Amino acid sequence: MTPLLQVKSLTKMYGPRIGCKDVNFDLYPGEVMGIVGESGSGKSTLLNAMAGHHPPDRGEVVFDTRADGPRDTLQMSEPERRMLGRTDWAFVHQHARDGLRMSVSAGGNIGERLMAVGGRHYGDIRAQAADWLGRVEISDARIDDRPSAFSGGMQQRLQIARNLVTGPRLVFMDEPTGGLDVSVQARLLDLLRSLVREMGLSAIIVTHDLAVVRLLADRLMVMKDGHVVESGLTDQVLDDPQHAYTQLLVSSVLQV
Amino acid sequence: MSDYNFAYLDEQTKRMIRRAILKGLAVPGYQVPFASREMPMPYGWGTGGVQVSAATLTPEDTLKVIDQGADDTTNAVSIRKFFERTAGVATTEETTKASVIQTRHRIPEAELTEDQILVYQVPIPEPLRFLEPRETETRKMHSLEEYGLMHVKLYEDISQHGDIATSYAYPVKVEDRYVMDPSPIPKFDNPKLEMAAIQLFGAGREQRIYAVPPYTRVVSLDFEDYPFVASKADHACDLCGSEQSYLDEVILDDAGNRMFVCSDTDFCRSRRAQGHVGRLGENEGEAA
Repeated sequence: MTPLLQVKSLTKMYGPRIGCKDVNFDLYPGEVMGIVGESGSGKSTLLNAMAGHHPPDRGEVVFDTRADGPRDTLQMSEPERRMLGRTDWAFVHQHARDGLRMSVSAGGNIGERLMAVGGRHYGDIRAQAADWLGRVEISDARIDDRPSAFSGGMQQRLQIARNLVTGPRLVFMDEPTGGLDVSVQARLLDLLRSLVREMGLSAIIVTHDLAVVRLLADRLMVMKDGHVVESGLTDQVLDDPQHAYTQLLVSSVLQV
Repeated sequence: MSDYNFAYLDEQTKRMIRRAILKGLAVPGYQVPFASREMPMPYGWGTGGVQVSAATLTPEDTLKVIDQGADDTTNAVSIRKFFERTAGVATTEETTKASVIQTRHRIPEAELTEDQILVYQVPIPEPLRFLEPRETETRKMHSLEEYGLMHVKLYEDISQHGDIATSYAYPVKVEDRYVMDPSPIPKFDNPKLEMAAIQLFGAGREQRIYAVPPYTRVVSLDFEDYPFVASKADHACDLCGSEQSYLDEVILDDAGNRMFVCSDTDFCRSRRAQGHVGRLGENEGEAA
């Protein structure tokens, strides 16, 4: 089977300082990869470098495109990469307001990607927006409300709907549950888990919350100071951590 | 003649503006940056249009200036006087006799010909401005043809008002490539953007020039199930009786009486000269 995404010795430097260094991994269709580590360990840098938001200094990000098979996205022209960014790829930001248009209604937010790929039928766009609001458990009576009138959890769910409406195959998530209280977090995780399974999505989830990766991720990478220090199956890494830092991380989780 | 250089601007400046105009004509709908000059009038009073007109005028030209279709409003009168004084060109109020027409917010009702140039005053040339405030981003969107956001605006209109409520500065796509702001003309005028005359757009404060060459395809954006409609007030002109022209609503008193008149004063006058009379035409004809 061809990996959906192959990352090869990806390196991003901030001047003399390391953002992330020599990261290698393959992601297969339907697989969810978690990236954990403390603040400043380079996990968001890695995610942004893979998603093409910040060009990396070295390395390859090979994506299995629908049309031409595996291609290095860093060598693609910008229109191609941006096209990928609104069709097969999705990016869920930690703060919903980074990923939403706050002055545009919920329906417009969801419809934007459809219109960006050529949707020109108002009725169809609206029907799909309503359908997706339902799937992320937002009442479709709120389709014309602006996200600024939504709670934090609803905004995050709206952001997910807006990203998944074009049926992407790969979703990048940066701390999708950060800043939400635990009960809202639990429902969001539930939702994400069922969407990932239903749609057969592949996802890369960056988080510092080990419980989130335990629930969502099949595989786990642990980062420290820009390097990947350990990787493997999630349960294996969390139950039997090998690297000293991973052991510290796992034992630091508060027990209730 | 006066002590001014012909048409106020110096020759180097006019060359610079003409280069921008030619580039704009070569790439229809593309906003060409140019080094806009200080003009002896405030921004927002047509400094862009005046500079384009100045670079376009020759001593043989006949100039017409309209503001909201009218020849006799402050803006139109002062710009016409400006060129009478600095260029010494002939001026006219008759659309058919003009070779260069500078306009604010209207396209004349009379069909323009290949011998004419229409110069628009543009306040905000960037159609994506209110959707995406970053200029770097909007330029990228233009260069990559990412215009989904424009439809988000129309979507919002329909979801809030039940119909596309944008009634002026209605976005168009030029020659299947660039999305362009046609300046704040009513959407009634949008179908006329496909015309025989050269259309030049000048934005002084924003320092942009763009153009639509003759017979260029200009399509108003819309949805399949909410097609573009060129709307106007559902009345006939009260002076000349025309049912085809774009109308201004004039409040007559505080008892709710109102009249509708052609916004294109030359069109209305020439129709009345031909003997057409509207509802209030006979009593009010001379006063208007």
